Amino acid sequence: MTSANPLDIQPDLVVDLLVRFLREEVGQSGFQRSVLGLSGGLDSAVAAALCARAFGPSNVLAVTMPYRTSNPDSAGHARLVAERLGLELRTVDISAMADGYLNQERVELPLRRGNVMARCRMIVLYDLSVEWRGLVVGTSNKTEILLGYTTQWGDGAHAVNPLGDLYKHQVYQVARYLELPREVIDKAPSADLFAGQTDEAELGFTYATADAILYHLIDERFCEDELVALGHPRELIRKIVDRVVRYQFKRLPPLIAKLSLRTVNRDFRYLRDWEHSR
Amino acid sequence: MDCKVVLVQNNPALGHLHHNLEQHVATVKAAIDAGADLVVFPELSLTGYFLKDQTYELGLEPDAPILAPLLQLSKRISICFGMVERSREKRLYNSHVFLEQGRVLSVHRKVHLVTYGMFDESRDFAAGERFDCVDSRLGRFGFLICEDMWHLGGTYLHFLNDVDALIVPSASPGRGADAGGQGLANVRIWQTLLGAVSLFTQTFVLYANRVGWEDGISFSGQTCAYDPFGRRVGLLEGFDPGELALTLRSAELQRARAVTPLRRDEKPWVLLGQLERITGLNARRSTDPT
Repeated sequence: MTSANPLDIQPDLVVDLLVRFLREEVGQSGFQRSVLGLSGGLDSAVAAALCARAFGPSNVLAVTMPYRTSNPDSAGHARLVAERLGLELRTVDISAMADGYLNQERVELPLRRGNVMARCRMIVLYDLSVEWRGLVVGTSNKTEILLGYTTQWGDGAHAVNPLGDLYKHQVYQVARYLELPREVIDKAPSADLFAGQTDEAELGFTYATADAILYHLIDERFCEDELVALGHPRELIRKIVDRVVRYQFKRLPPLIAKLSLRTVNRDFRYLRDWEHSR
Repeated sequence: MDCKVVLVQNNPALGHLHHNLEQHVATVKAAIDAGADLVVFPELSLTGYFLKDQTYELGLEPDAPILAPLLQLSKRISICFGMVERSREKRLYNSHVFLEQGRVLSVHRKVHLVTYGMFDESRDFAAGERFDCVDSRLGRFGFLICEDMWHLGGTYLHFLNDVDALIVPSASPGRGADAGGQGLANVRIWQTLLGAVSLFTQTFVLYANRVGWEDGISFSGQTCAYDPFGRRVGLLEGFDPGELALTLRSAELQRARAVTPLRRDEKPWVLLGQLERITGLNARRSTDPT
């Protein structure tokens, strides 16, 4: 069997593995239910569909969290996905909680405003996880994580993430395999933090380009000259490499100054699944 | 060597010795009830794999009192299982223990510890230094724990020792879901390797690989067996725990070795002569002043 795009995956195999991953890792944490934000976009729709398969639709709480400037289409698409999957959809408008801070501190910069909204959503999800008795499932894909295109402690905060090792191209493949609504698959990806925003306009390159460069850079360990030989502009490669390096801090736990003989996560080394050996 | 074997594809709870031991005992009892002669568990089947600092806490001597239930059951069935072995010198080994007739018949300590990519075994384990074969009531066995099989030396020594079957316990993480092939890439590679080794050595090759997840890393299962002709004679598909039962017949070994008498015609002295020259040269090179 040959494949046109080296990023192509076997979606049936991937879905089987990710459903098992969710069931086992969430189960080992003592939970049988999950909570996740449903933005109306592709990634959260795929994560929701995987959760529905893993835990059963009645054990998944989908939360849509619009801000007053959010595109109304987003909530509509979230509703469409929830209906398709048979999930309970709760709407929590974050305008009041976000504005409480944004107005008080007169925050104007779109980056800051966007980060505040993402962190408000994190607060809602983690609060509802207690009420729902379910773990918060993340929706960040590998492309976003490598580009650092996430808000630390915002959408980057979750207990488990089924999409974190899938490039955007592969998330699309899984979405098509799961037969998610066309409206969600076909629209331009957007963080919807301000009107008219699209990921690709903000990043300055397409996901397809980023995926191709990142796949060869990370998975295949190509060097810059080899990427240029593939036809990618050197300037763009450097821009992407710069993001990968610059945002490493978002991917790791905070630094701890080592003083003792055994320091957490340095030479005090246990998996999260350690808990289950008690 | 005619015997009935059960290969186990288990999902141990990380570091939960008591729970895993109970599971082992239940599986062994079921194998006895099914009339099996030998039951084979995967690598580190008693403890789980990514142990890190738990390695130190879980080390046991193979005849530790806690393992008495398995030792007792081994009076009725031969048992191979994986554990963290603490030696008399207090070193920790990734070991596979062979229990038979109420005693520890052998312990194979993994020689080729994996320390690259996601693996860090050399940080926690000492490496074994030998590939000994084991003369069991059922026949002659050789052990290759996971990465041991990726190096030709152990396989070759077992081949020279005329083993009847190679036992390959494994904890192979699942990876590579690319559309260029069918199934996981690591599974495809393992199947190629297992088939080739059974063909080269003209032995049965018994592969017991675990399933389940540890902190986001899956184990790919696909426990299987190959006959001395390099043909797969059993496979557990999918990623669920389970058991694969099969019968090994001496006549198969005889037939394979009659068709192509590889061991009879092997010339280890040719290898030995060149090996001394090659390794001697390398040793001198590594100590040359620069």
